[in-house]
Amino acid sequence: MASVQVVNVSLPSLPSGWSADKDFKAVGALSGATQRNVEPVGPHFLAHARRKRHHRTFSEDERLQAQQNVKKTEEEEDDDISEDEDPMMLNREAKDWKSQDHYAVLGLTRYRWRATPEQIKRAHRKKVLRHHPDKKAASGQRDENDSFFKCIQIATELLLDPARRRQFDSVDEAAEVDAPSKKQASGSKFYKAWGATFEAEGRFSLKQPVPQFGDENSTQEHVENFYNFWYNFDSWRTFEYLDEDVPDDGESRDQKRHTEKKNANARRKRKNEDVARLRTLVDEVLAQDERIKKFRQQARAGKDAKRKAKEDEAIRLKEEKERKKAEEEEAKKNAEETAKAEREKNKKAKEAAKNAAKKNKRVLKGSVKDVNYFADGEASAKQVDSVLTDVDLIMGKIDVDELAALAEKLTIAGKDGGAVKAAYTAEAKRLVDAGKLKDGEVKVFA
Amino acid sequence: MGDANGVAAEAERFAIGISFGNTSSSIARISPEGKAEVIANEEGDRQIPSILSYIEGEEYHGTQAKAQLIRNSNNTVAYFRDYLGKEFKSIDPTPCHASAHPQQSESTVAFNIRDTPSETRNNITVSEITVRHLRRLKQSASDYLGKEVNAAVITVPTDFTDAQREALVAAAKEAGLDVLQLIAEPVAAVMAYDARPEATVADKLVVVADLGGTRSDVAVVASRGGMYTILATAHDYELGGASLDQVIIDHFSKEFIKMHKVDPRKDVRGLAKLKLEGEGTRKALSLSANAQLSIESLAAGVDYSATVNRTRYELLSNKVFTQFTDLIQQVVKKAELDVLDIDEVIFSGGASHTPKIAQLTKNIFPETTNILAPSTCTTAINPSELSARGAAVQASLVQEFEHEDIEQSIHPMVTVTPHLTKAIGVEFTSTTDVTFQPLLASETALPARRIAQYSVAKEGGDVLVRVCEGVRDIKVTKPEPKAKEEKPADDSDSDFSDDEEEEDIREIVWKTEKPVAELAVKGVKAGGKVEVMVHVNPDLGLQIAVREVGGQTAVRGAINGSA
Repeated sequence: MASVQVVNVSLPSLPSGWSADKDFKAVGALSGATQRNVEPVGPHFLAHARRKRHHRTFSEDERLQAQQNVKKTEEEEDDDISEDEDPMMLNREAKDWKSQDHYAVLGLTRYRWRATPEQIKRAHRKKVLRHHPDKKAASGQRDENDSFFKCIQIATELLLDPARRRQFDSVDEAAEVDAPSKKQASGSKFYKAWGATFEAEGRFSLKQPVPQFGDENSTQEHVENFYNFWYNFDSWRTFEYLDEDVPDDGESRDQKRHTEKKNANARRKRKNEDVARLRTLVDEVLAQDERIKKFRQQARAGKDAKRKAKEDEAIRLKEEKERKKAEEEEAKKNAEETAKAEREKNKKAKEAAKNAAKKNKRVLKGSVKDVNYFADGEASAKQVDSVLTDVDLIMGKIDVDELAALAEKLTIAGKDGGAVKAAYTAEAKRLVDAGKLKDGEVKVFA
Repeated sequence: MGDANGVAAEAERFAIGISFGNTSSSIARISPEGKAEVIANEEGDRQIPSILSYIEGEEYHGTQAKAQLIRNSNNTVAYFRDYLGKEFKSIDPTPCHASAHPQQSESTVAFNIRDTPSETRNNITVSEITVRHLRRLKQSASDYLGKEVNAAVITVPTDFTDAQREALVAAAKEAGLDVLQLIAEPVAAVMAYDARPEATVADKLVVVADLGGTRSDVAVVASRGGMYTILATAHDYELGGASLDQVIIDHFSKEFIKMHKVDPRKDVRGLAKLKLEGEGTRKALSLSANAQLSIESLAAGVDYSATVNRTRYELLSNKVFTQFTDLIQQVVKKAELDVLDIDEVIFSGGASHTPKIAQLTKNIFPETTNILAPSTCTTAINPSELSARGAAVQASLVQEFEHEDIEQSIHPMVTVTPHLTKAIGVEFTSTTDVTFQPLLASETALPARRIAQYSVAKEGGDVLVRVCEGVRDIKVTKPEPKAKEEKPADDSDSDFSDDEEEEDIREIVWKTEKPVAELAVKGVKAGGKVEVMVHVNPDLGLQIAVREVGGQTAVRGAINGSA
């Protein structure tokens, strides 16, 4: 037991920050243990027993207690398969096996198509233990009638063969749950009643699991899934079990073929009828199903809501557009007004400047007049003309600001002829320097 | 056990192992070289039919008695093991259709046979029959060994009740055999394999399929450190070699009807002949590809001879084979396990020789599972001998013990032990993922101790040992759909192969369920190894010790048990 296994997987390195007293940290405890019986064989068990016995004494009580706690590996005989036997059934003849209820013979009527092969086997064993002909002989019945035992054997053989079991299940009327009448399936009982019917029908389905019928709270997806399943039902139901016996004597071959043909036709007919029956059944329940109506209403309500939402959206969009338009217009108007005000303001300023220039020009002209055109006494026409020509020339060449500056100088100079002339001369010289006047163009102020 | 026993013990005990079956019995002993070997009786049979037959007061046993099933079926007793210690109302008389029928005798079962030279028929109880059978077995063993055999370990099915055990012990005593212990057949089979010198003690889950003559029993046995625990059993009382014989019988009967228009099964003697010869044919088919059946005067005075090949036989028996494999699958399911969990399948019992059953079983289990049957494993022990060998091993172990000692050892106070519900192991955290390596498997009987060495990252350093409980998960992955090959349109069988769906890939993945303790080992040398020892007490307390291999100091810790 103490042999060492060697595992070639690297242990993780210690994460930083991990610390514990003496390098050991308990993190949890083991989950519980199962009490089991160790088989008392083998050398290792004997060693175990030796160890264990050293400090134990046994009493009957301890033994029982120990045994009670052991997990069972051998199953107990369960009694869920025992059913009362109908005395009529016990008198059945084995040759009528086609008409016998195989599940009833084995006492499995509670399970029927749900019975597992294990259950069938167990049931068979149970019945054999009770009905074996040797048992009958022992209990003093001397009639040597073992027909029921044969029935049991036939039933088991049939039910343990999957193909033959399906054939029987296909025509097992006792397993059928009839479609409920309208009264039976009214109100709250609707789902339960139809659920049982469809569960029974579902046993024929090749596709498993079969969707449940559900209840009034089932989702639309579930319900749709359910009806889709049943409208596309894939059934293994066959009707071979109801076939007429085919003569097997090998002599009347025609007779045999005839019967086989008849059987095949009958099977096909029954199968078609069954498919049609199921179809009507599903149609019927679909028509009655409150959930479908509910979903339709919900769908309609949903559609209305959608349409309303759409309309609302349209209105909203329209309003939005109008509002935007109004805003744009407002902005345009404002802009126009501002532009107009600006224009007027500019015009005023221009006029003011014009007036100022006019005024300055008047000052310029007035200044030479005030100093009597730089003449002593009465100025000659020629003198006046030449002075005014120069003034005009200067006035034509200078801009508004220079004009204002010159006018100021001239105002300061007043009636001092020398100062006025000096101011003009300086201005003329500046203009000549700036290249605006040609040297010699001005005459008086040169 | 009174004084008589004490005297017997003084007269030196000599014990053998007996496998007492419904169909056949075997005796085995441990040879002086320490190997288990099955002893042949005076006729050279190692599987001795459990049949007794009486002609004019003379007793026939084994194969000779079996031959009497044809001519003298009323005075031939067969298939009686399962009736021992049972009330008449709870027995199934079906197997005895062709031999003496069981009858009620007070509270027990008896056979009405002529076992003396006189004409009167006597009611012989099943206990008495068992005594006579065991006496013959004892005699055979004593003759072979040249020494009086006076004690035995006998194998019984797992569903043997206390009453049946008592009846068997009493019958053995009457026959002069002191029953040291009754052991379960599947466990005996496991032990027969584990007692081989080359076997190693390992933790494994074993399915033992005991496919007998009239019934089949399958058990899941957890083998943990050499201790065995049965986790689940399943029985089929109507399935066995006889079901396969029936296939052969039906086959040849149909052939016979075709030729002679007489059903040999309708004739009691014809059926008995068919049964006897059919069994031989079936056994021959396990070894060769063809087998013959020839019966003189089968029915209506016609001699019949025909051959059947194995393919035909396997085709016809397909249904029965499925029943066998279903039973095996059923027991695995019952033990709440998956086929992936099973490490070994041991085939035991006569019907296990059939190659197809082992083949089909092999297909159910993953490739890693060891299928121990003659057709799949060359080192397999003869399935018919397994229980007897196991019994012989146990007999040699307990031979020296006082009765008192044995009784105390098999007392439930000793045998009932707590078993781990979940595996305990060490968790490895790497950069990519967390893995778990089980050290103690689930269903290990407590107390238990396991030691393992783990390697450390190449450069050494400090390591963390995280001891956890783990559970195994079955990971199912859908295989990548194969790229569809372009097939020519006229490929006639294309739709056939298209229907085949690829199977899911299923594998076992261990997951950490619950951390239990963390330990640090500091300063491990480069390339060093760390040894982890985990000891679990019966009260679920733990002692853990971790040390570097070759190091002086160990990190230890204990966790108190809850229960």
